[in-house]
Amino acid sequence: MAAAASLPAQVTFDRMLNAGKEPQNWLTYSGTYLSQRHSPLVQITPQNVKNLEQQWVFQARSLEKFEATPLVVDGIMYTVQAPNDIVALDPVSGRVFWTYSYSPSPLSRPCCGRVNRGVAIAGETLFMGTIDAHLVAVDAKTGRPLWNTVVAKPQAGYAITHAPLVIKDKVIVGVAGGEYGIRGFISAYDVKTGKEAWRFNTIPGPGEPGHETWKGDSWKTGGASVWVTGSYDADLNLTYWGIGNAGPDYNGDIREGDNLYSSSVVALDADTGKIKWHYQFSPHDEFDYDAVQVPVLADIIWQGVPRRVMLWANRNGFFYVLDRATGQFLLGKPFVEVNWATGFDEKGRPMRVTGKVPTAAGTVIFPGNQGGTNWYSPSFSPHTGLFYIPTWANYSSVYIKAEADYEEGRRFVGTSPRSLIGGANGGATKINTRKDDEGYGAVRAIDPATGERKWEFKMNDVTDAGILTTASDVLFSGGREGYFYALDARNGELLWRANVGGGVASGPMSYAINGRQYVAISAGNSLFVYALRE
Amino acid sequence: MVAPGPNREIDCSQIGLSAIRTQSLTLSARGKLTLRRCGDMISSFTMGTLRRFTQAGAGMSRFSLLLLFCASITLQAQHSYTPADIAEGGRLFRANCVLCHGPEGDQIPGIDLGHGKFRQTYSEQALIKIIENGIPGTAMPPHNLQDFQAGTIVAYLRTVATTGRTVSGNGNVARGKAVFLGKGGCIACHRVGTTGSRAGPDLSDVGSQRRAVEIEQSVLDPDVEILPQNRSFRVTTKSGETISGRLLNIDTFTVQLLDSKERLLAFPKESLQEWAFIDQSPMPSYRNKLSSQELADLIAYLVSLKGI
Repeated sequence: MAAAASLPAQVTFDRMLNAGKEPQNWLTYSGTYLSQRHSPLVQITPQNVKNLEQQWVFQARSLEKFEATPLVVDGIMYTVQAPNDIVALDPVSGRVFWTYSYSPSPLSRPCCGRVNRGVAIAGETLFMGTIDAHLVAVDAKTGRPLWNTVVAKPQAGYAITHAPLVIKDKVIVGVAGGEYGIRGFISAYDVKTGKEAWRFNTIPGPGEPGHETWKGDSWKTGGASVWVTGSYDADLNLTYWGIGNAGPDYNGDIREGDNLYSSSVVALDADTGKIKWHYQFSPHDEFDYDAVQVPVLADIIWQGVPRRVMLWANRNGFFYVLDRATGQFLLGKPFVEVNWATGFDEKGRPMRVTGKVPTAAGTVIFPGNQGGTNWYSPSFSPHTGLFYIPTWANYSSVYIKAEADYEEGRRFVGTSPRSLIGGANGGATKINTRKDDEGYGAVRAIDPATGERKWEFKMNDVTDAGILTTASDVLFSGGREGYFYALDARNGELLWRANVGGGVASGPMSYAINGRQYVAISAGNSLFVYALRE
Repeated sequence: MVAPGPNREIDCSQIGLSAIRTQSLTLSARGKLTLRRCGDMISSFTMGTLRRFTQAGAGMSRFSLLLLFCASITLQAQHSYTPADIAEGGRLFRANCVLCHGPEGDQIPGIDLGHGKFRQTYSEQALIKIIENGIPGTAMPPHNLQDFQAGTIVAYLRTVATTGRTVSGNGNVARGKAVFLGKGGCIACHRVGTTGSRAGPDLSDVGSQRRAVEIEQSVLDPDVEILPQNRSFRVTTKSGETISGRLLNIDTFTVQLLDSKERLLAFPKESLQEWAFIDQSPMPSYRNKLSSQELADLIAYLVSLKGI
């Protein structure tokens, strides 16, 4: 066939529920509502992956980090160009059909880059959150804007950086800004009109359960942001979202208490936004341990019985298995070096190590400020049964505590930790001269039934890259060094690599056009697409 | 033809103005143009003349362009622009100015750019500087434009008052919408919001982009002006299928279309027998198909469409 023809791009809720049955498409940020970042496509195998060759490159007109995962819908690819352009591309040639440019307010001030991680689709409409905390709807055929809803005030530090999640007739987003003393929330909007349908405050207000976990007025400026896309279980009609750190980040004195629902996962009724359950990974967090990871939903055999669980490698260094119907804590086990907690009590609350808190003199904490992992998409392969984590190993920071005064729109953190390894805000690949015991990056494969590590693929430098697995047992990932590579998902053996010339700070995805499988990765400032040599 | 070279000099006393007007000149990337002994003649150079010099040097850098325009600053006041310059000024006006000033230039109370009505009297050169630098303390922002570009905007605005509509301006928006949806059959090709076809240009914000007179011209004489983003294109595949639509993008090896069935399509040229622009608009003329009142109503409706 000569052209990448687009069929009528009506992405219905039914199609979203069954996204795994159309593996040629990639309909939502993490692939499907289960967020396993796992492709059923099997054309690329451990045997032939060495024959991958680059098909095309899309260079974004932006020097920001390129953290987006594209969608592919019926022969059209949609991605973003920082800060807030949407680009429709031919997924075979990479040529552009149209670009929608949104100019965010100069009042916007996202903490960590003017980034965007992608769009969502419903019917023939694309949705994008913006760094000035708007939600815009755009016609998927023409790139014309259809509505533009103000979600929050950018001048107070609110922003939207993650790809929205569409469930039924609603598009759901959360707000970033945990370093600015925001009060976080998750809200849903009618896909047709942009009218707000429900709002869940990630910090309970007066009279709501959990409000008592905040001292005084600290709930008004307590952060608890949202900046990574959630998941959805249709049988339970629950949508799951990871919630960011409490603020000020490194000084919890003014916010005595557990600070719900910061550093937690919340399970919300998708129709009403009412909370069904929560689990707090890091009560009274003072280490910036956002629970802003993608909730990975999997059906596994748990102690001999099939169980619907949620797999979660947290920034705080522990790997968790939770029952996703009830939130019951089933397992918590370190996947990296951890020195702030020794384990868990019978209810799943972490048991703290005395003295391991930020101090004026500084305290060394494992894992460090960027976490044992972070927002980088993990993957679960139903084929291998393993859970794969982008990992920062042997990594610590010195946490120093200082006073923090709230002023709208100003950073509200209480000093900053120090570490040999910086955050990824610079974006570009850096020179690395560290030793292993000073921190390194890895892909670690975990058996979810036990939390035991099955294998590790070590890198010298750390990684901001997500992970994709395929049903043919190929695993794709990258790292800050600027390599995009394929591993054998069964044993971690390196099968293929390409130098993409810039740090990989996004999750790979896969799609097929006319029977040919492609793999796409955003890296540096560009999007790279590979397929087997013909 | 003056030979290409890194630095070129034009000595008016040697070659005369009429010769200059027919010259083309190629400068290399770091080239510099010097005008010598041109005296009063320099003020007779049209911007089109100078543009012809720049266009002849396809590889010219912004650096050399800048020098060229520096050399021509004294010419700005002489307000001589070709129709192509004025058309470019209109494009720049729509890209930079209509959001605040409106397509007629009269959206801000007390200001009517198309009829020379400002808060105070400005010279042409002063207007150019206002476009470039903005007015501090007001909503008028600076714009990243060259003197010549800002000058074309001023030249375009001069033409606004001289072009008027042929039909009544007393249209009714509600009746016009009925014509649009009904008798006019416009939604068979055009879209407003989420209603209508995407085959033709989306008109959701046409009223914030185009003047009433321009909309009227497009309704009555669709072929007179087809914007580059609305060009029609036809491809015939090697299997014999002919597909036409709105051209979105074309390069040496591929073509991207939004076809008449509203499909986004991409073709490698190697899969095509032939491909070509369709010079005529697929839109029919509505001259003599609508009454003058219906036409006035339709235009009133289109002018009312301001997008989201």
